[in-house]
Amino acid sequence: MLLDVEIKKDTLVVRPSGELDLGVADRFRRTLDETLDRGQARNLVFNMARVSFVDSSGLGVLLGRYKRISKNGGKVFIVSLQPQVRKVLDLSGLLRIMCEFHSENEALEKIG
Amino acid sequence: MAREGGKMQFINHMKLEFLSIPANVAFARVTVAAFASQLDFTLADLEEIKVAVSEAVGNSIIHGYESIPDRFVRIYANLTTDALEIRIEDDGKGIEDINKALQPAFSTDAERLGLGFVFMQSFMENFRVESSPGQGTKVIMSKSIGTRIARASSDQ
Repeated sequence: MLLDVEIKKDTLVVRPSGELDLGVADRFRRTLDETLDRGQARNLVFNMARVSFVDSSGLGVLLGRYKRISKNGGKVFIVSLQPQVRKVLDLSGLLRIMCEFHSENEALEKIG
Repeated sequence: MAREGGKMQFINHMKLEFLSIPANVAFARVTVAAFASQLDFTLADLEEIKVAVSEAVGNSIIHGYESIPDRFVRIYANLTTDALEIRIEDDGKGIEDINKALQPAFSTDAERLGLGFVFMQSFMENFRVESSPGQGTKVIMSKSIGTRIARASSDQ
């Protein structure tokens, strides 16, 4: 898994690529938490365009960050899901709590 | 793992044994999917098989072996003419109450979703778990080719 993170205004944009499973969950979680610890980001956008696989370990990291951001009043958006990844997120119920958009720009516009 | 009726014909069989480390979750799912692709599974089916294998192997590592990295997880897989049958085993601590463990959102870890078994049950057929404390855990499941079509027609 490669992880690209970028702060745009007060939003952390996260662009993982590869497979989000138990093998990478700890590193994924640690990187996100270290970035969030710096306190510049209020909202979070997960750009999943390059994620080809997610299992419950990967979902756990997404859910954990969702809880952290929403507890502080921020918004969490998820964009550009590949069909097989979308199926897993849908079944998990995560799509009912995170707002889904087609593209990163659309999500960033929505956040304003 | 022969089916009731005994008419199923095994056309291939494999055994895989690997260390209980997180990096092997990807190894296991990709290997099983490559084996399964000898049958005419759709790409969507293969993705579902990969999720189910990931969940079972992840459970063995995290819960069965409590993340101890020098134990072994075993996978046995059969191909019949129209199905993949898998058994994923560990020699870990086992499950005290299987029915409780099968409930959605049951997890002994705050950041895990407790959805592993839900994914296995949703994506596979003939799913069952054999386990008792101290005796390890076996997850047994299968998937037939063309189930989506069968399911769609039975809905009408």
